[in-house]
Amino acid sequence: MGLIEISVPGLIEVEKGTKVLPPNVILTSFNKVVNWSRFSSLWPMTFGLACCAIEMMTTGSSHYDLDRMGIIFRASPRQSDCLIVAGTVTKKIASVVRRVYDQMPEPRYVIAMGSCACTGNIYNVYSVVQGVDTFLPVDVYIPGCPPRPEAFIDGIIRLQEKMRREQFRWSHWR
Amino acid sequence: MEPQEIAEKIKERFPDEVIDITSFRDQVSVIAKKERIVDICRYLHDDPHLHFDFLVDLCGVDYLDKKVPRFEVVYNLYSIKYRHRIRLKAQVPEDNPRIDTVTSMWAGANWHERECFDMYGIVFRGHPDLRRILMPEDWEGYPLRKDYPVKGPEKEWPGFQEVLDKAKAFREFEWKK
Repeated sequence: MGLIEISVPGLIEVEKGTKVLPPNVILTSFNKVVNWSRFSSLWPMTFGLACCAIEMMTTGSSHYDLDRMGIIFRASPRQSDCLIVAGTVTKKIASVVRRVYDQMPEPRYVIAMGSCACTGNIYNVYSVVQGVDTFLPVDVYIPGCPPRPEAFIDGIIRLQEKMRREQFRWSHWR
Repeated sequence: MEPQEIAEKIKERFPDEVIDITSFRDQVSVIAKKERIVDICRYLHDDPHLHFDFLVDLCGVDYLDKKVPRFEVVYNLYSIKYRHRIRLKAQVPEDNPRIDTVTSMWAGANWHERECFDMYGIVFRGHPDLRRILMPEDWEGYPLRKDYPVKGPEKEWPGFQEVLDKAKAFREFEWKK
């Protein structure tokens, strides 16, 4: 026929010369599978710093229900994929935030939630870090003081879209 | 007891210590010298008719270029038994910012005095554990003093500089694209 004959043991011959995959088998690219599995079970680190954490907890509770998106808060950075910096980051806590990030395994993502984490907000003072991106690679910024749960969910969906578009992130050994 | 009465009573007992009695919206403040502040507090705490058993708050005030002496330590007192209040202010000069601790009367003054020390640099003599409470221990300067720059000193605090340097060093390992 000119076509390349593939001999896969699982193939089923439905009629003469036509072989199909058995049921419940999908062919796709490895990128898509890896990215799909990653953004469908995004486990953030339970780490609240200020009033934004209250809004984050609200989003996690039954009314907004983050569990339906596969988001379950984990109590350990070693089991987390995503660090949500929710609140004002002071210079004193900055080393702790950085340490939590360093303890997370790759691939890892950072969401800067709220104006304080994005830019420092009104706290342009001696004790507050002017934006968490001074010492962390931020993926998604969510403005608001604090952002409503809808805005927070929108930020998470943006992060999931970003994860969906990634290429060959699995190929790096780290 | 009415607050004005309490103030008069303090003045009667310590005529040389009380500098002034002011009243604003029925809140009476007694301004006193710092030397015998412990005696005044002991009197307020132990006198059976006053019985100030609760230190609501202790804080510092900086009156830079407005008053001499520069600092004041403010004691807000309340009696749970008689439900009356008084505000006591002790003047502290800039060149010798020292005052005696009142932790012997109210144990809760411990952390309040630490905060006052942290923010204004007022030293409380006889305090059991006078360390900074809010700022890091190696912080330089006293942030709530009026002559402290709002955005902090020019030199970054070493603890945060360390984090910045670490972040810079780890930047090459980040995922790019």
